[in-house]
Amino acid sequence: MTARHRTSDVDGVIGTLNPDEFGAGSAGRDASDDSALLVVDDLSVGFGTEDGIVHAVRNVSFSLGSRQVLGIVGESGSGKSVSSMAIMGLLPKTARVTGSIKFHGQELVGQPYNELRKLRGNGISMIFQDPMTSLNPVFTVGWQLSEAYRAHHNVSKKAAWAKSVEALEMVGIPQPDRRASQYPHEFSGGMRQRAVIAMSIINDPELIIADEPTTALDVTVQAQILETLLRIRDETNAAVIMITHDLGVVAGMVDRVQVMYGGTVVESGVVEEVFAAPRMPYTIGLLGSIPNPTLVGKRLTPIKGAPPSLMNLPKGCPFAPRCPLAIDECRETEPELAETDRNAHFARCHRWSDLVTIEHPQQLFDQQEIGVVENPAALTAANPDMPILYDVVDVEERLGHGASDTVTEAGPSDSNEETAS
Amino acid sequence: MLRYVIRRLLISIPIVILATFLCFALVTAMGDPLGDWKTAKPRTEAAVASEEAIVGYNQPFFTRYGHWAVNFIQGDWNRNVVPGDNNQAVKPQIMSALWVTAKLVLFAELLAFVVGMLIGVISAVRQYSMFDYTITGIAFALFSMPLFCIAIMIKSTAPPLNNWLQSIGFGRWITTSGPPIGGYTGGFWHQVYQFTGVYTLPVICLFSISFALYSRFQRGSMLDVLNSDYVRTAQAKGLKQSRVIFRHAFRNALIPVVTVASLNIGAVFTGAVITERVFGWQGMGTLIVKAVTNIEPWMVLGWLVVTAIFIILFNLIADILYAYLDPRIRLD
Amino acid sequence: MTNPTLEVAAEASGAAVTDTSASTFDTTKARRQSVVILRRFLRHRLAMASLIVFICLVLFAFIGGALWKYSYTFEDTSGGGRYLAPSGDHPFGTDALAADSMAQVLRGAQFSIIIAFVVAFLSTTIGVVLGALAGYFRGWVDSVLSRFTDLVLVIPALVLVGVLSRNSGSATSGGGSGNWQIIALFLGLTLWTSVYRVIRGMTLSLREKEFVEAARALGGGVGRLVFRHILPNTLDVIIVNATIAVSQAVLIEAALSFIGLGVHPPNTSLGLLINRNELEITLHPWLFWFPFVFIVAISLCANFIGDGLRDAFDPRQKRVRT
Repeated sequence: MTARHRTSDVDGVIGTLNPDEFGAGSAGRDASDDSALLVVDDLSVGFGTEDGIVHAVRNVSFSLGSRQVLGIVGESGSGKSVSSMAIMGLLPKTARVTGSIKFHGQELVGQPYNELRKLRGNGISMIFQDPMTSLNPVFTVGWQLSEAYRAHHNVSKKAAWAKSVEALEMVGIPQPDRRASQYPHEFSGGMRQRAVIAMSIINDPELIIADEPTTALDVTVQAQILETLLRIRDETNAAVIMITHDLGVVAGMVDRVQVMYGGTVVESGVVEEVFAAPRMPYTIGLLGSIPNPTLVGKRLTPIKGAPPSLMNLPKGCPFAPRCPLAIDECRETEPELAETDRNAHFARCHRWSDLVTIEHPQQLFDQQEIGVVENPAALTAANPDMPILYDVVDVEERLGHGASDTVTEAGPSDSNEETAS
Repeated sequence: MLRYVIRRLLISIPIVILATFLCFALVTAMGDPLGDWKTAKPRTEAAVASEEAIVGYNQPFFTRYGHWAVNFIQGDWNRNVVPGDNNQAVKPQIMSALWVTAKLVLFAELLAFVVGMLIGVISAVRQYSMFDYTITGIAFALFSMPLFCIAIMIKSTAPPLNNWLQSIGFGRWITTSGPPIGGYTGGFWHQVYQFTGVYTLPVICLFSISFALYSRFQRGSMLDVLNSDYVRTAQAKGLKQSRVIFRHAFRNALIPVVTVASLNIGAVFTGAVITERVFGWQGMGTLIVKAVTNIEPWMVLGWLVVTAIFIILFNLIADILYAYLDPRIRLD
Repeated sequence: MTNPTLEVAAEASGAAVTDTSASTFDTTKARRQSVVILRRFLRHRLAMASLIVFICLVLFAFIGGALWKYSYTFEDTSGGGRYLAPSGDHPFGTDALAADSMAQVLRGAQFSIIIAFVVAFLSTTIGVVLGALAGYFRGWVDSVLSRFTDLVLVIPALVLVGVLSRNSGSATSGGGSGNWQIIALFLGLTLWTSVYRVIRGMTLSLREKEFVEAARALGGGVGRLVFRHILPNTLDVIIVNATIAVSQAVLIEAALSFIGLGVHPPNTSLGLLINRNELEITLHPWLFWFPFVFIVAISLCANFIGDGLRDAFDPRQKRVRT
């Protein structure tokens, strides 16, 4: 493993970025190299607007080494997307960024566009949420991929095209040479997202940031995309930041998770740890609001209230207004992100120690049982005089025009009988 | 792509036919060409009958249409029929007028489009700058001014401008009466001098409102596109800013502007009508005003049909351009 | 998409940039949407100023015109009255016939304003109805209507209206009665195409929305679906378009009258005034500039009001995606 020499001193003086440092290729990395690839230290992002400053990101710190997958979880408004845009340097002009983002020891904050662009798509690449609009509709997919490659390598169009086809193949798109000549609107949603992934890996990046890559897709396609991403991580040893609001995605994919709320990190640690033993009421609320098949007859536990306005943040903990455990201290001072009783597990809560004893999220957030019919079929059988509301037999629906008819059928034995209650 | 073009062409044909029918109906709605003549002085029945026979309005509607259509296609566009109006053939008058107007329209439109697009892009990229505000202000002002007023104002600058030019030895360059009837005279550069002197003011006039429209639209379209996801992707790929703007953003921003330009062609014609009327050119503008005022049925009809064909042609070109720019359309 | 009768919690907490002025505005109180829109419009300084100016213009034209000491038929024959520059007695000067220019201009403004409103109303109504029909029924209804629209568009509107209204007599064979109604009518019948396109597009997409499907499932018929559910969601666009239509109508009517194919005596209009005084711009400029200023003022104000309304209905705030 070649030692990486630093081109900026320890205080992060801004020099020009050295692109030779990046995209060294997976051959240059191996799985055991976990010197921190990305170090984010006390990052804060504020947007100046005519009504005040929106503190989108506050004092966020984390680090990432190669082959590690970090999950960042949060609702809309938690600051997760803005922090990743800050890493890429793609924030609008109204953004004020303080703190430090170091990639291979080189400071990224404060770099001008033309310096950062050497890094984008090359050392660090990003996958965005909506595949339907992420690709330029007027150019072929192959053309866009080639462009991504030629932005960082001085090669002929033919060579770049070959690389594009290779990238499409790597993400699992069938008939990649034919597909490369097609336009984005000829691709399905899942394929488009794969093409976007292909575009992000074509230069063999060391860090891939995926901002809710599966939110706009069907669940089955979701699984395929995530599997593709993991496979790429395995093959190239890239580090991955996975931003999502879906805890299921987090559970299946990441090594470490970071929960964000009100613009800051409220809990972080190894994913199994955080899921098994959450140490912050917000995390517990999140976990409790997922449908859980083992808790039949119990309501979901929504967290009452709404996320705070990032312009007028309340004093103290941002979650205090909605927290069932909040005490005066919580409303007065914002807690620090402190280490809990578990290993490498941090929580931003004054009362994390009180959470050690809680078993079910329902104990924290109020919820009542609702009446649920245990066995509908038995109920119907026992009451033959009940009126039948629907009886669906042999229904056929034909859709479409011309040759491609879609037929949905209800079989002869489908009958729904509802109780009038 | 070729299939798309052919399909568009084929659809245009029935539109042209329907358009001629519509024009014919409109002309009939104008009223009796002999109306004024009949009431100006007492006329004998024989005189009235013979004039009516010339005009041909005593025949049923569809027969008249049929006769006219057959002749029209063969090139006979009938004549001025109102008594007292010199009995010239319609076609040569329209053709010479068309030649004059077409040049004016094409110059002004091309200029407005190119300059408008450029300004629009700059306005969008430098949003909220002084440049942007100035252009926006000018555009707003132009939108709220009727073209004929702009024309009158521009025309009124001709004498002082000419005075000044004369004083610096450039001669009275600006001519406000239109292209000389006999054509341009003198050597090449003298002809260029005359030509530009004739066209400058009217082109500026016709250019003004179209320019305002295109620059506003381009700006809006650019802003939309600059905020789009695929531009963000282009930046995330590590492309240079200039490439992002011109290759990705501009190309997409062009698409709605082409549509606007195509829809604007009718307004441009109207603008030409007005501009010519103010500057006294012998073009389509003066022709139609005179023809409608006198109720010259065949002249108006010929004018309407020629204009309609022009506009349909323009729309066709715009459609094809649109399909070239936006591959999603070609699936149609 | 919002159902206008729903009460919405105005810009409460959340990630979007809010338009609150921090201390006095209670961000968590629920408000009717119309109140929110009104507030936004009132804050749009340019639109408010334009509204005030516009109202003043209308009042000036109608009430001022009625109360002014000189009537528009007045001719000051007491020698030396022709081509007087603006003065205390004749604020807009006098014209070639020694008639008071201000009376002329105000009367012209009256006609121009009325015609503009009638045209805007007519064209918007036609455009909305046809657009809704085409968008809702699609199929052959849409085809026919859209082809018809294309057909109307192949002939420049100005010429179209000029030809259509010729029969009612123009400047040359003017009868005893004026023809402003005819002009307004035909202009309204010709200028609906852009509204048609917009409403058609919106209807096409709205009819696929879930709330329309829900209404249909609840037994809603075509009329109910279109007028109660779809069109209210296009109301913002309709209103904005109507104000812009006023702005454009003034200009087109003026142009029509200027070339002699529009309003003719005894009616008048600002365009006709400029037609009569076209060559006066160098020697007696006041005869040109006053009508000009009125035309521009009406059009500009309507434009700004439309802009303000558009912003009030749909403020384009830069959303910060977190």
